[in-house]
Amino acid sequence: MNIIVCIKQVPDTTDVKINPETNTLVRDGVKSIVNPFDANALEAALQLKEAMGGKVTAITMGPPQAMDILREAIAMGADDAVLLSDRAFAGADTLATAYTLAMGIRKIGDYDLIIGGKQAIDGDTAQVGPGIAEQLGIPQVTYARRMEMDGDMLLVERMLEDGYEVMKTALPVLVTVVKQINEPRYPSLRGLLAAKKKEINVWNAADIGADEKRTGLTGSPTRVVRIFTPQRNTKAVMLEGEPEKTVETLAEVITKLNV
Amino acid sequence: MNFNLSEEQQMIMEMVKEYADGVLKPRAREVDESGEMPWDNIRQMAEMDLMGIPIPEEYGGAGLDFTTWAMVGEEISRACTTTGAVFGADMLCIYPIYFFGTEEQKKKYLVPLAKGEVVGAFGLTEPNAGSDAGNVRTRAVDAGDHYLLNGSKVFITNAGEADIYVIIANMDINKGARGLTAFIVEKGTPGFEIGKNEKKMAYSSLPNRELIFTDCKVPKENLLGKEKRGFRVALETLGVGRIGMGIGAVGLAQAALDEALEYSKVRVQFGKPISSFELIQAMLADMATEVDASRLLVLRAAFLKDQGMSYEKEAAMAKLFASETAMRTTTKAVQIHGGYGYTKEYTVERLMREAKLFEIVEGTSEIQRLVIANHLLR
Repeated sequence: MNIIVCIKQVPDTTDVKINPETNTLVRDGVKSIVNPFDANALEAALQLKEAMGGKVTAITMGPPQAMDILREAIAMGADDAVLLSDRAFAGADTLATAYTLAMGIRKIGDYDLIIGGKQAIDGDTAQVGPGIAEQLGIPQVTYARRMEMDGDMLLVERMLEDGYEVMKTALPVLVTVVKQINEPRYPSLRGLLAAKKKEINVWNAADIGADEKRTGLTGSPTRVVRIFTPQRNTKAVMLEGEPEKTVETLAEVITKLNV
Repeated sequence: MNFNLSEEQQMIMEMVKEYADGVLKPRAREVDESGEMPWDNIRQMAEMDLMGIPIPEEYGGAGLDFTTWAMVGEEISRACTTTGAVFGADMLCIYPIYFFGTEEQKKKYLVPLAKGEVVGAFGLTEPNAGSDAGNVRTRAVDAGDHYLLNGSKVFITNAGEADIYVIIANMDINKGARGLTAFIVEKGTPGFEIGKNEKKMAYSSLPNRELIFTDCKVPKENLLGKEKRGFRVALETLGVGRIGMGIGAVGLAQAALDEALEYSKVRVQFGKPISSFELIQAMLADMATEVDASRLLVLRAAFLKDQGMSYEKEAAMAKLFASETAMRTTTKAVQIHGGYGYTKEYTVERLMREAKLFEIVEGTSEIQRLVIANHLLR
């Protein structure tokens, strides 16, 4: 079973800061990590490979330093990795990103399953996974909290707000996963050492046959106008006095707010 | 001279620190209170290839060195002292099989040990053979197509949980240390029983049990090294043991320093954090200096071993200084915590009880001083 895992390098959100003047993310000195949901995707792929045999390939689009997360994927157990990197890819929105990744995946070719995290913790759009499936013309199942092979079909539990949905799908399919699906493993020492030596493919727009009008900023119909931290207008009101009185007041307040 | 980590070591230490802080440390109290071997940790560490770090890859290890093993050991011990002790004791079985074992013994026993599929133990100590290691009374007799072992061992770390044991027995009691012979004994061998678990001052989840041999048949091919050359096996193993205990003490002492430093910044007396008082600062400075000195001593001993150079004296110095540093540092950590430090609410009282172990096991502080003095007076 050949599995492709889409991963993204994101700033570690435990210390993300926004520059209040430029309204952009302060990336200096912020540690980059594998998007946590993508780590779950990789773990899911590795478990399927351990059960079924096959090969796991990690793919990402990004600047040269995104190589770090591909090495991390190899250290965890991925067999191969591809970095899609080209100036023409810069500034891509979710449509252009999905197109570029889909072109990369087409070049990798032979796949049964594509797995990604449900969304990236920096952009939070949850659009790239489904976008790739659309570009490739294959089915998609989002928010998987469990998956296993059942004969030649894939059995997936989708997490919903008030329960879960069980689906069976033919391959190839694209699945996005939630963090409840598993606990990503730590890399092994041998994995780390192998990852250091591993030759990782770097493909540019020409390599994947991408139409540059559809990649990067040029291929992006959406623009980020401004990033900001919403002002919180929370006003705390302390109700003091006898319980009977305060409960009454509280009930009034709640009624007024239409909670 | 170079104190920098290699690029590989940097990557490894980054990962191990993350694992130690993210997984081992949050579980440490639960591990200590459970009274059970921390198998979850050990299995996870095995998956990460941490159990056979200095063993070549062909035998299931990571193909690295003792310096890296020691650095990893410090992190494990800092985060979870019990897991650190299991990790250290395991090497006392792995190493002699690697160093003295035949190709067949390595394939059969070393590979699963180095991969961490099973854990090992090393049995030397007896009721009447502690510091006086030559006084081993467990007898081994050549019985034709096998050896017959009779006797008992005490305080054996990992005993009962381990699948593979390196046992030092005596083939000629009259000759003392010159009769010592090492064997590999599998758990479940008829005539080999695991006795009671010791109730200790600390480390209640670390198994330290008796081993009892009653006409225990050990196959001929399980002789480790040569007959009556077991004293060398014991010495080589104890050399690695000193590095292991030394670095375990460093990790424990570092944990105490970390706790004390944090606490001193948040504990307010006379309207100020106590870290602003010079008497507290002096304690912290001494603790940090001694911990660092201990670490450098242990890493130097490991480095010498990796270079194939003599390291007996240096390992003795490292084990001695690190153990006594652990005792002093944990005592000061409790002092800095004041009354709260004496309660079970805080970790430092446990660390203080645990520290005492290091001055006793794998050669007491007194024995280490004798070893060092012997080198000086040669």
